[in-house]
Amino acid sequence: MSPTITLDRRSFLRVTALAGGGFMLASYIEPLSAFAQGRGNAAPPLDPNAFVSIDANGIATIVAKNPEIGQGVKVMLPMMIAEELDVDWKNVRIEQGDLNSAKYGAQSAGGSFATPSNWEPMRRVGAAARQMLIAAAAQEWGVPASEITTASGRLVHAASKRSESYGKFAAAAARITPPDPATLTLKDPKQYRIIGQRIPGVDNHKIVTGQPLYGSDVKLPGMLYAVYQRCPVIGGKAVSANLDAVKALPGIKHAFIVPDGNGAGSMSGVAIVADNWWYAENARQQLQVKWDDGITASDSSVAFSQRAVELSKEAPHSTSRKDGDPDAALASAAKVVDAAYEYPFLAHAPMEPPNATAVFKDGKLEMWAGTQQPGGVVNVIAQAVGITPADVTIHLPRMGGSFGRRLYNDYVVETAVIAKTIGAPVQLRWSREDEMRQEVFRPAGYHFLKAGLDSSGKLVAWRNHFVSFSVAGAQPAPAREGQPQGPRPAGSSTLSATEFPARFVPNFATHVSMMPLGVTTGAHRAPGSNAISFVMQSFLDELAHAAGKDPVQFRLELMANTPIALPQQGGGGAVFNPERMTGVLKLVAEKSGWGKRTLPKGTAMGVGFHFSHQGYFAEVAEVNVDANKRIKVNKVWVAGDVGRHIINPLNAESQVHSAVMDGMSQMMLEVTVEGGRIKQANYDEYPVLRMKQAPPEIEVHFLASDNNPTGLGEPPLPPIIPAITNALFSATGVRVRSLPLSKHGFSWR
Amino acid sequence: MPVTFTLNGRATTVDAPAEMPLLWALRDVLNLTGTKYGCGVGQCGACTVHLRGRAVKACQTPLKNVEGAAVVTIEGLSPDGSHPLQKAWEQLDVPECGYCQAGQIMAAAALLAARPKPTDAEIDAAMNGNLCRCGTYIRIRQGIHQAVRSVATNNEEAK
Repeated sequence: MSPTITLDRRSFLRVTALAGGGFMLASYIEPLSAFAQGRGNAAPPLDPNAFVSIDANGIATIVAKNPEIGQGVKVMLPMMIAEELDVDWKNVRIEQGDLNSAKYGAQSAGGSFATPSNWEPMRRVGAAARQMLIAAAAQEWGVPASEITTASGRLVHAASKRSESYGKFAAAAARITPPDPATLTLKDPKQYRIIGQRIPGVDNHKIVTGQPLYGSDVKLPGMLYAVYQRCPVIGGKAVSANLDAVKALPGIKHAFIVPDGNGAGSMSGVAIVADNWWYAENARQQLQVKWDDGITASDSSVAFSQRAVELSKEAPHSTSRKDGDPDAALASAAKVVDAAYEYPFLAHAPMEPPNATAVFKDGKLEMWAGTQQPGGVVNVIAQAVGITPADVTIHLPRMGGSFGRRLYNDYVVETAVIAKTIGAPVQLRWSREDEMRQEVFRPAGYHFLKAGLDSSGKLVAWRNHFVSFSVAGAQPAPAREGQPQGPRPAGSSTLSATEFPARFVPNFATHVSMMPLGVTTGAHRAPGSNAISFVMQSFLDELAHAAGKDPVQFRLELMANTPIALPQQGGGGAVFNPERMTGVLKLVAEKSGWGKRTLPKGTAMGVGFHFSHQGYFAEVAEVNVDANKRIKVNKVWVAGDVGRHIINPLNAESQVHSAVMDGMSQMMLEVTVEGGRIKQANYDEYPVLRMKQAPPEIEVHFLASDNNPTGLGEPPLPPIIPAITNALFSATGVRVRSLPLSKHGFSWR
Repeated sequence: MPVTFTLNGRATTVDAPAEMPLLWALRDVLNLTGTKYGCGVGQCGACTVHLRGRAVKACQTPLKNVEGAAVVTIEGLSPDGSHPLQKAWEQLDVPECGYCQAGQIMAAAALLAARPKPTDAEIDAAMNGNLCRCGTYIRIRQGIHQAVRSVATNNEEAK
């Protein structure tokens, strides 16, 4: 297959030139996964195409293995390699890797996981390549390897005053047995010359000049374009359609029913294929389908809200945490506050709607698919089109945003099925309306909270009856730790038993009840946390005001309590560390002048913090509200602790800006379900934040702590939501307990 | 019914229905994919191009409206990415995912052509039709200001 515009043509040419020039460098497969698991003694096999190659001029080509969705990983991971390789960044070229987990290890974008999971292995790839160059030079020069140093892509033997470019020894280095990664010595961070530098995005020039880069830019000879009409009731099936009439419309080449889903969330629908997407989209307006709506048709946002209130008055289905005696402590508390919080379903609405391109030929499938999780879909695709996984090739074009949507590969599988059916190259493009109505939604949620303060204003009791969702019609979930067998929770609809302030309140209970849900739900940037932070940090703010305490001081005192110990378990996830959160809370209070600034009438500051994805973030928003309830966020201060190093501060600041703006969008948006159908269809009904509504300034501070670096795409998002609602309370006296803000008459200005 | 117009300085003929939006003629007939699809209803601005020197949404512009007119897309904004906005975007690392940025730059370029030194209020008004889901708005504004300054500096040096 030779596309007219490939995403990789230059890399192919470069590889050819390298083969002629004759050198390349190794990478490590076993050790990659071994290091991620804390082991690392396996002898690494040589794989000449993976990760690093160096040409005769000393130009290092580094493969960016993970999919790029705008999180900056295409620069960040190669920075780690280049640092230990000890080359100048100007001599680094970056190429996007295709899906090949055997070469590269895990290739995914999600969970703010790229930094923590690659920090060790990527640096060791670079260090191994450097050591092999040193070994090659030591052989050639007849000197001990220990006497050779490196700097800026050069090998230096000071005693004999010899110095050569890496390029000179790259061919010889390819014949050196790769070292055991565990024996490598990594740089002292004081020597870092790339990590910690402000390095711009590698694709910027292509972006600003409009060169092909994204999945929807892929063009293949003879390629057709498809639309795919799913049942308006999510999960329903196509029974029959006026296919002959559709096929007779201008430009239409194929129209057919896909009777069932084929895994990975793909669904039944009607495919219409044309030689221009506009013809296919137009033909869809004439399409008439008889649908079997299935089990989702009774879903309704309004009914869920009402049912949640009913359930809150009944005995909970389960209790995920209980410390002390919350009922007794509430009965004896000097002051009791209760409040019901609610948040809606949300769509991701990335600027580039889901799409993929596929060619099925001679029993092999080649795809260009913007997906956050390519590795997870190969087996599903292979099964869907009846070939072996080894016959599936997936290229990973840049994605026009994602925010979690492309963790779900439904559209990729649908593209593969269409390609096999028509036997021609095809690009499936979802319309915006498809995207918004066939989403994997951020689930709504309902929290019924009650808390008690003692006479000194100390938080002594907390009870939350969390009403959430189970998957309608699914098999029950198996018994889990402390949980009986029960309904299977809907995607991203659970509340962690250790979510703050759990463990910091002596009498504490989290109860859970679930309602069956038909529409699909799942991860949405900072899944769970984006909504949970609004609830927890808003309610804590209510308690601070009820206790007559400053909201920052109230939180600091709460975190000063000795936390209830966690049960002893092997492994376990990241655990909330109150010292780290105290650090960022104090920092953001200091930088924002918390409690020290006199603000005009209608203007106030609010604070919120949240721990997620191993990151600690505290944020303060200064907000002005006019007489018409129009909100201006004047400024946001952010303090974050994501460990020892900010690998690329330029991108790190962008990620924080992005998280703040995305959080603001989430505050004003909702997707409503009615009869299993989604009401909103496009940006006019789903008004994401616009430029004039954006805060003019976001001040970002990172607090370095002695921890390995962790991810940044998600953890700065959750705190902005309560920071703003808490500021709204101080400015107006209105306590916002449900989102979107528009429900309360607020708008951005 | 062929439609003839000037695209990025070149006479271009497209054999497509007069009602086809310019966006799809650019992307799927002429294979110029720099202009992006984001909403199809004129809400997001990802498809912003210049028609007779003014910023328009290509998804809302039927081909018949460009007959005989000059159209400029992101690919034709400058020969080599040297427009002051393009340079500022690269220097400030404005893009995150980058998908909306061609539209942002085209909207900003039309603004600067009409108002070489826009106020923040004028920038807000001109850019209000362009969404960025990554929230790069602060850097977009900085990029416009930087482009204005670089043009002013160049003019100064030329004197």
